[in-house]
Amino acid sequence: MKLLTYNFLTSKCIKKVKVGYPLKLNIMEQKVESTNFNPEFIQRVLPRLDWSAIKIAADSVGCQGFPDEINLETSTNDTELLQKLHHLLLEIEVVTGSLICPETNRIFPITNGIPNMLLNEDEV
Amino acid sequence: MAKRPEHSAPPEIFYNEDEAKKYSQNTRIIEIQEEMSERAYELLLLPEDESALVLDIGCGSGLSGSVLEENGHQWIGIDISQAMLDVASDREVEGDLILGDMGQGMCFKAGSFDGAISISAIQWLCNADKSNHVPQKRLYQFFTTLYACLTRNARAVFQFYPENAQQIDMITNQALRSGFYGGIVVDYPNSTKAKKYYLVLMTGGVQQQLPAGLGTEESNTEQISYSKKREMTKNIRGKDVKRSKDWIMHKKERRRQQGNETRLDSKYTGRKRSGRF
Repeated sequence: MKLLTYNFLTSKCIKKVKVGYPLKLNIMEQKVESTNFNPEFIQRVLPRLDWSAIKIAADSVGCQGFPDEINLETSTNDTELLQKLHHLLLEIEVVTGSLICPETNRIFPITNGIPNMLLNEDEV
Repeated sequence: MAKRPEHSAPPEIFYNEDEAKKYSQNTRIIEIQEEMSERAYELLLLPEDESALVLDIGCGSGLSGSVLEENGHQWIGIDISQAMLDVASDREVEGDLILGDMGQGMCFKAGSFDGAISISAIQWLCNADKSNHVPQKRLYQFFTTLYACLTRNARAVFQFYPENAQQIDMITNQALRSGFYGGIVVDYPNSTKAKKYYLVLMTGGVQQQLPAGLGTEESNTEQISYSKKREMTKNIRGKDVKRSKDWIMHKKERRRQQGNETRLDSKYTGRKRSGRF
């Protein structure tokens, strides 16, 4: 699972969960695979990213140098930041680990790079 | 007629390792899937030279995702079958994969995707595989959560195999109830084999027209169309004057007056020969 996906995933499908975001991230194994840097794509998704989830992701994989707050107007042209985001969101792959719902503490395991978001009948 | 896969088992069981293998080895299946994915991509109308983020619902082995990759887009795929997702990760697709049930809703943050694509998946939602499944509720849950996770002016294109007209109605009704607008596009409606159904849904924003299906243009054949006028004028003119008894008698009389050799008149003159002759 890439951290871009992590930034969009919620657990709001569970019954009675209101927000379910951001999920807690627990990484057991990760790998890095370099891909082509596409600044337009990062610029496009930038307004949709949630900065608090970015900070959680960056802390758990050990990427440093992300500002506490994001200013959308200045950062769209900040190539260094875009490059860092590209590395964080698209190049780091979580192979094993788990996602934890912040409200119910339900654990979604990640195996072989695929998060299991299936819910049991009584949770829907 | 072949049995529909939805009737044999729920999707997470039907798409086992054997079935999943077909989607990476059988060239015919791959070809059909790619063709449908390309058409669905065409209907999606994504910006051409920009990279967008697309959700692939029922991504399976990632064949539809490959079409998106070729066009330079990022995608995230969701599927209920672990075996199919394993095939996808073996193929080393660029997109990210999630194991999930579409009937339980799309577990994404609001406004995440520029579009959604789905090839041969939503018909599975019309079946109740477990005692607590209610197809209408699952469809509604799916469409409302999907609507939420798309941006404004986004499109969602679903290729599907409806079992009957009621299924089409049920799916479109639930989709329209969830806030989408749009409808069904049928490609090649006059062909049994090539006929394909696409549900094209749009979120708010600028009102767009539903695209026309392929193979629906008027066929121009070489034949002249039937017109009633010709038939009517024929009746007005009456029977052909030539070769009637009167006409023959008149001709004979004229020959006699001219002094030419003419046969005698008899009861057989100007009569049709019998069929025996």
